[in-house]
Amino acid sequence: MGPMTTQATTGDAEARLQEHFDATIGRDQRIEPRDWMPDGYRRTLIRQIAQHAHSEIIGMQPEGQWITRAPSLRRKAILLAKVQDEAGHGLYLYSAAETLGADRAELTEMLIDGRQKYSSIFNYPTLTFADVGVIGWLVDGAAICNQVPLCRSSYGPYARAMIRICKEESFHQRQGYELLLTMMRGTDAQREMVQDAVNRWWWPSLMMFGPPDDASPNSARSMAWKIKRHSNDELRQRFVDMTVPQAEKLGVTLPDPELRWNDERGHYDFGAPDWDELRRVISGDGPCNAERIARRRAAHEEGAWVREAAAAYAAKRAAGRRAAA
Amino acid sequence: MSDAGTELYEVFVRGKRGLNHVHVGSLRAADPRMALTRARDLYTRRNEGVSIWVVRSADITASTPDEKDPFFAPSGDKVYRHPTFYAIPDDVPHI
Ligand SMILES: [Fe+2]
Ligand SMILES: [Fe+2]
Repeated sequence: MGPMTTQATTGDAEARLQEHFDATIGRDQRIEPRDWMPDGYRRTLIRQIAQHAHSEIIGMQPEGQWITRAPSLRRKAILLAKVQDEAGHGLYLYSAAETLGADRAELTEMLIDGRQKYSSIFNYPTLTFADVGVIGWLVDGAAICNQVPLCRSSYGPYARAMIRICKEESFHQRQGYELLLTMMRGTDAQREMVQDAVNRWWWPSLMMFGPPDDASPNSARSMAWKIKRHSNDELRQRFVDMTVPQAEKLGVTLPDPELRWNDERGHYDFGAPDWDELRRVISGDGPCNAERIARRRAAHEEGAWVREAAAAYAAKRAAGRRAAA
Repeated sequence: MSDAGTELYEVFVRGKRGLNHVHVGSLRAADPRMALTRARDLYTRRNEGVSIWVVRSADITASTPDEKDPFFAPSGDKVYRHPTFYAIPDDVPHI
């Protein structure tokens, strides 16, 4: 067999594998870890899942800062549970990334040294306790819009992690909205705090869906692979439509003069977020980027002795078992 | 091994008495006891289970490297293993 024939055979085998992969996606079945998959599919998934995991982990920080300053034991317990959930979400997702051959320790390194990104939303500061409520309502609300369709993502472990996450997110959004309802029934100063938090978080929340469709070059491929099910703009519209009536019930004003119901479209019209701001924040120049990464790095480095102690203890126990056997 | 001496574990949870343990995901831990504690914290924060198994991922033997399995071909052509293969007149009761 000459080199040409070998190459042709490998090419044929690869084409058959590709065909089988395409047919599985076409039938709306899931791809599982040990299936053959195109390199691009694997790379795209690792990048997306890792970025998602990093977002959950970094996402603990803005709200975590309020745990010690929560106004009551009830709010403190709720906030603790929510932040703990976000840690869990990060871990589900890191596990899903590992099924694709990613290395957990390396993913952490890539987050800390800036080679991989996380959601731009967590680079904004939480200035008052109303921010905790608004994050639950708007940020977790936007996350739910993004994540519900991902429960049907074509990669099995990712879809299963998303199902688990979505079940927990509903508590996050409801505790936030309830917190805001409580504040809105309070004093004028409390109502002002809520409105101020809404003003600051509204636009960054809309940016969570990513750039507009015509500036999102990889979206089409992700949709063809059924990793993504809806475009950024579709999901953003869905979020606005869901949120406006909630804002009315709450009695706050969403800070967008162009926001109004469009009878013809059957949707709310709304203004465009400042896409330059999104680019700036993603590229590292948001209000809290440096602080978030510094905190994550410190937690990682300060936890090194715990990881080393656990490993030493495990090694010692394993040696003991071998000696006893 | 990576992540400073941790290994990957697969987690199985029994939702309630009478059900099988079901695979729920994986996690990293330094040893089986730590895997169990972490599994409790990670996968049963809302009473999702009454019993947990953890198994080192490396200890699992799996059917084929691919989910597209010629391994399962032998059962593909044995329709006579299914009750619907047998035609029984409609007026025969309880069968
Ligand atoms: Fe989350
Ligand atoms: Fe959440």
